Amino acid sequence: MTPPMTSCPVTIRIQQDDFDIAREIAVLTESRTDIGAVVSFSGICRADEDSSKIAALTLEHYPDMAEEEIKRHVDEAISRWPLNGVTVVHRVGRFMPGQNIVLVLTASQHRRAAFEAAEFLMDYLKTSAPFWKKEERDTGTGWVEAHARDDEAAARWTRS
Amino acid sequence: MRVKYFAWVRERVGKAEETIEPPATVRTVEELIAWLSGQSEAYAYAFEKPKVIRTAIDHAHVKADAAIAGAREIAFFPPMTGG
Repeated sequence: MTPPMTSCPVTIRIQQDDFDIAREIAVLTESRTDIGAVVSFSGICRADEDSSKIAALTLEHYPDMAEEEIKRHVDEAISRWPLNGVTVVHRVGRFMPGQNIVLVLTASQHRRAAFEAAEFLMDYLKTSAPFWKKEERDTGTGWVEAHARDDEAAARWTRS
Repeated sequence: MRVKYFAWVRERVGKAEETIEPPATVRTVEELIAWLSGQSEAYAYAFEKPKVIRTAIDHAHVKADAAIAGAREIAFFPPMTGG
């Protein structure tokens, strides 16, 4: 008799290529019968920001640290919620509006853990993983400034 | 020790990485930032607002008062804007 599968496979990738959300979910859930919920978050390059339109975004990262930092937060998510699988894909390179930038998938037996863990991971990806965005607009090119609201979003997960 | 710079810190310093040998009196991250700032105008410009600069030692975030002794790789960069 096969014991019930309660493992939590983790996939973390940093890549230039696009990702296919349906395929990533299929990989995560393949031959699993213990997963009852998969939450998928994708971050997309948008044009509309303030008054002038963004023409393109370039994502720079710190290769050695980025995977380690994401892994630290995935490990924390696994310790906090009963997860049955996590996938994080972060793209780097130059993106046009409408193109995918980041994917977070969290799988669990029930939806609440999957929702919360996905939000937790995204909040920390934005404030703690070493990636930086540079915007190209018709008014010029410049580095995106960090938002206090992102720090506040991450801070709410801090355990006292 | 190896030092890496990212995003606008890299652009201002004018290089992505280098090997430095600060004097033994430089013991913490903030002392290293102050020492680098004295090396040239490019460093002074990159580190003109030291409180804004984030630092990682051997791929983990550290605070300004962290000791640099034994560090293999120190990275300086602006607040992160990924995701």
